[in-house]
Order: sequence, then C-alpha cells, then structure tokens
Amino acid sequence: MQPLVEVEDLSVDFVTRESRVRAVNGVSFSMMPGEVMCMLGESGSGKSVTMRALMRLLPPKRSEIGGRIRIAGQDVLAMDDRALRRMRGGVVSMIFQEPMTAFDPVVRVGDQIAEVVAQHRGVSRREGLRRALELFDLVRIPSAERRLQAYPHELSGGLRQRAMIALALSCEPKLLLADEPTTALDATVQIQVLILLRSLQRELGMSVVFVTHDLGVAAEIADRVAIMYAGRIVETGSVREVLRSPLHPYTSGLLGSTVHDQPRDRALETIPGAPPDMRALPPGCSFAPRCPQALGECASGPPPAVSPAPGRVARCLRVAAPQQPEYA
Amino acid sequence: MSMSASPAIPPPPLPWRDNDPRDRGGPQQPLLIVRGFKKHFPIRGGLLGRTVAHVRAVDGVSFHVRKGETLGIVGESGCGKSTVARLLMRLMQPDAGEQIFDGDSVGSEGGLSVAELRRQAQMVFQDSASSLNPRMPVQGSVAFGPMAFGMPKAEAMALARELLTKVGLNPALFGGRYPHELSGGQKQRVNIARALALKPRMVILDEAVSALDKSVEAQVLNLLQTLKRELSLTYVFISHDLGVVRWISDRVMVMYLGEVVEIGPADQLYNAPKHPYTRALLASRPAMDPDHRREEAPVSGDPPNPVNPPSGCRFHTRCPFAEPLCASRAPSLGDSEGGAHLAACHMQDPDSGHSQARLQ
Repeated sequence: MQPLVEVEDLSVDFVTRESRVRAVNGVSFSMMPGEVMCMLGESGSGKSVTMRALMRLLPPKRSEIGGRIRIAGQDVLAMDDRALRRMRGGVVSMIFQEPMTAFDPVVRVGDQIAEVVAQHRGVSRREGLRRALELFDLVRIPSAERRLQAYPHELSGGLRQRAMIALALSCEPKLLLADEPTTALDATVQIQVLILLRSLQRELGMSVVFVTHDLGVAAEIADRVAIMYAGRIVETGSVREVLRSPLHPYTSGLLGSTVHDQPRDRALETIPGAPPDMRALPPGCSFAPRCPQALGECASGPPPAVSPAPGRVARCLRVAAPQQPEYA
Repeated sequence: MSMSASPAIPPPPLPWRDNDPRDRGGPQQPLLIVRGFKKHFPIRGGLLGRTVAHVRAVDGVSFHVRKGETLGIVGESGCGKSTVARLLMRLMQPDAGEQIFDGDSVGSEGGLSVAELRRQAQMVFQDSASSLNPRMPVQGSVAFGPMAFGMPKAEAMALARELLTKVGLNPALFGGRYPHELSGGQKQRVNIARALALKPRMVILDEAVSALDKSVEAQVLNLLQTLKRELSLTYVFISHDLGVVRWISDRVMVMYLGEVVEIGPADQLYNAPKHPYTRALLASRPAMDPDHRREEAPVSGDPPNPVNPPSGCRFHTRCPFAEPLCASRAPSLGDSEGGAHLAACHMQDPDSGHSQARLQ
C-alpha cells in the first residue's frame, strides 16, 4: 500500500525584514491511509505550522517552505492556485480550535456547507443543502434540519465544533487535519467530540493528523504519536509504546509533569527551564539545556534520528541504534 | 436533607501558624465564609434597552475556607466559578449574600472595608499578559500595590526584588524587563509575586496555570505549594482541570450553572463522587491508556444556557437518573461548615421520594 502522506525534510521559515525564524526544522514522516497520528508538543514547537504547511495555508510572502510534501501522490509544494483549491477541502481539510472564527458569522451554517459542496462537486445549491443535512446527521447533531438554519453564534460550543467537522467532511477528504479541535471545549463535551471523531474516522476510513498538547487526548485517539520540540520531531512511535516507555528525555519529562492523580504530598516532576527562543536555538540538541541527562556531545550537533525498534524513531544521543533508521 | 452526624471540626491543616497579628478569630474560625452569594447579570434588549432576562451566573452559593486550606473550585464554562472569584475580591458587587473574612463581615458597616479586604486577599488571573501593565517594568508592577498603600518607593522596590527572587526570577535579570520580554510562565510568576506583595493571607487563583504549557504548569504548581507553606497562605484555586485541582486542593467544590452541586475533601470526592454530575465530569477525563479508551460519553449535549437554567435540579436535563421529581424540586446541599462531603442530589436524601434515594 502506498503511503497517503509523505513529508521529507520539511522546513518552514518566517521571514520579516529584520529576521528569519525557522519554525519547523527538518520534519519527516509518512502516513498510511486510515492512520491517526497525533502531533504532541508545547506552544511554539511547530506543530500547527507543520499542519498549515501541509495545506499551504501559510502566508506566501512571509513564509518559505522547504523540503518535500506529497499527499495522495501529488506534490503539494508544486501546486498552482487552481490545484490548491481543488486539494483543499477535496483531498485534505482542516478543523480548528475555535470554530467561531472558522465560520462566516453572517451566513447560516447550512448555507456555508452547501456552498462548499456546490463549489467542489458542481451540483446545485438544493443538492448541497441536502448533503449538509446528511452531514449533520453524520456528526450527530440533534434536530439537524432546524440547526442548518442557525447562524454560528446561535449554536453551543459543542454543536459548533460538530458543524465544523461536518463542513470539513463535506467533500469526503482522504486526510483530515485537526488542530486542537477539543482544547476549547468543556470536559464533558470534549469526550463526546473525541468519540465522534474516532468513530467517523473508522466509518470513513480517512487519515487524521491530530495536533494537541494533551497527552490524554492523544491516548484516546491516536494510533501513532510524533512528539515535537523546537521545530523538530524528537520522537515517534505507536501511542502505546511512546506513553509506556518513552525514549526521548523530553517525552518522559512531559509524561512526568502532566498532572494525573499523582500523590498530593509530593512535588510534581518538572522539566526545568522553558522552551527555547526559536530565534536563537542552542547548538546541537535543542533540548540539551533543559535535559537532566545531557552529555557534552549533545551541544555539538543536532542528534541524528535513530530507530532502536521497528516503528520507533528518536533523536537523542542516549538512544542506542541497533537498526538503520527507516526515515531520516 | 439528612446527614450522618457531623464530626468534630478537624484542626486546620499544617501550614497554618498562629503567629499572624492579623489573625482575629483563632484557628477554629474559618478564614472565609460565604453565605448565599448571588449575582445575576441583566440582559438588555429592544429599543428602550429594557432588561429582558437575567444571566444567573451565581445563584445562592455558600461555602467556607478554613485557615491554611486550599479549596478547589471546578466546573465547566458558565458555571459561575470565575464570577465567584470576582465577587470574593469585590471586583463585582454581589446582588445578595454575605461574605465573612476571619469573623468580620465584608463591606458592611462596622465590618471589614473592601480596601482592607484587598490587603488580605489577592488574586491571580488566567491571562498573565493582560494582568500586567505593558508599559511598566515588571518590578514596578510588583511594587505598585505596596506603594498605593503608602510604602515608600525604595522600600517597595526592595520588596519587589525580594519577591521576584522568591518566585524564582532573578531580579537583576528580570526586574527591569517589560511583560512582552517574558515567557508565559515567567509572566505568571510575576503575577504571583504581585499578588504576594501586599502580604495577603488568602490568594484566589482563577485558572492561574491553565494557559501554561504542561512542563511549565508543573513548575508553577510546585511553586504555589512551596509559597503556601512558607507564607502560611490560604488558597481558593479555580480551574477546569480536574487533575490539577485534585493535586493542589484539600477540599473541592463542584459547580454547575451557578450552583454548588458537591463539596467535600478532595480524595473522598474523587474516589467516591456522590453527584451524578461530578461522576460524569470525572468519567469525561481522557483515560491516559490507549487500551482502555472511553467508548461512551458519560453525558450528552452541552451545559445549558445559564440565562434560563432548567427548573428544579439544574442537571436534570442531562442526568441519567432524572425523575419527574428532579424537574420540579431543587435539591439542597445542606450545611458544609463541618467540612463534610455533601452533594445536592435527591438521591442523597432518603426522604426525597426519588426511587434511587440512598437508604441510610
């Protein structure tokens, strides 16, 4: 089977007159059809920028994308505007953290979905509305017919997020990019949306890249996780293996400092310091200044990706490499 | 509402020391008592701007906080937890209810003035950037409060530098910086220093760590625990994050649509939740284990709008155990001043008539 997504040595630079900041630095991964991958990382680690690069949503004049992105056999970085328009929504679509800003506030949600369907499929508006109703049933919005007539502000947070999922699925994309779609939701609503996304993914067989900073969310939804730090993927592997036996010290630090039923009379484990300034990254491993196990060599150059077991990759000098890496 | 015989009031938790000259009531006097807090916001509409409805943000909330204790408040958006914090600091006037700070009634004649309350209670907000003056070096922000209360500038600046050291920021390096030159975690440390500058006895933390990255969040939580021990503080810790609240709190209060649905010692409440809403909230947490994923959401739908909250028990529209009784009569929480574990649910009251009422 061909991978659906192949990303090789992706880099994204943001360019202003004064400076040039590399937000994503040599990210490589591939995804099979029907796979769910979580990108985990803290703010500024480059996870959202990577997602936007996959759809070329970054401002063209202020950003430069390097490397290679292939989705469903097509070279995304070589696409012209027409091809991009066809790809967005048709092959790849995206859902965001804040659905209120993703919808047009003065157009009824049903009409917004119908418009997308009409544009992509070349069908009539009435046909588009019929499809919108189908989609609202698919994402389990109660009294769907009435909700199609609603404006975005008339829907509750959970319903709005469901409506955005419906919009994203309207043209049956092969790849869904989800950028923290449950972060702004209340706890009892978040779990509903996670369960919905999981069952939709299974029903429709699409691939999902799910960006989150929450390990618990990743444990609920991911097949595979990629841990990002300072613009690089520092570790990948199946969600079970990474959560149970992390290889990279940053991953273990993240697991230790996430509060979940630790004893109350003891201090929480922490990672000292703060994520680095992307304008002045430390030489070598970006995590070395905060790393409890740093060696002298860690500062000499970025650690290579090593694969100690099939399907697992880490960028850390401490990880022994009995095998050749599958991808650099 | 019947209750098992309430035990003798337990002694205050360890960090509290009786060497504070401001301590009036002694160890048995709760530092804060709130009775029947209410805040309704009018919604104006129409041509004449008449009040057409009320958002019942806080609707009859009562609790107490003992000296040296951390009370956690959890709930979903719109449950009124942040409004409670603002009412406690008198950033808003309550429509009804009584607030007693160490035995003195706040804002009433002969009681504690609001200015005096704010010397003894301080607050840390969620948004670390917007709660600092962008045009003032951070040590100036920390010194501002004491100066406003009459401390000479040099003394206030020295205090500010001391406090910055206490929260883990080198004053020589960070004191002269402006807020935009600091990271989120550093800004929140400055906010904590600013809150401590008036030497408060109580600190209200409203989602104070929610906007921070996980690795930084753990650092700030540890700092809060250390400060509490060193300075004999009492915390009211408000958050939507159940894990964080459990770790930091001695007792936890769960709110839903402006009301308290459950209150009790943290471990008891997490291990044996009594209210169906608390159970749903706890069961909604992601499992942290890919082999035991949640297959079914504990409740469906979103929390209802607090403008027209459901009648009777406000949770009955989403509750799996709801009976006609729940829609008609509101359950009461009972008196939690002994620190007991209580829930406002008809199933907890054997005399309520609910078919699953707990027999005692």
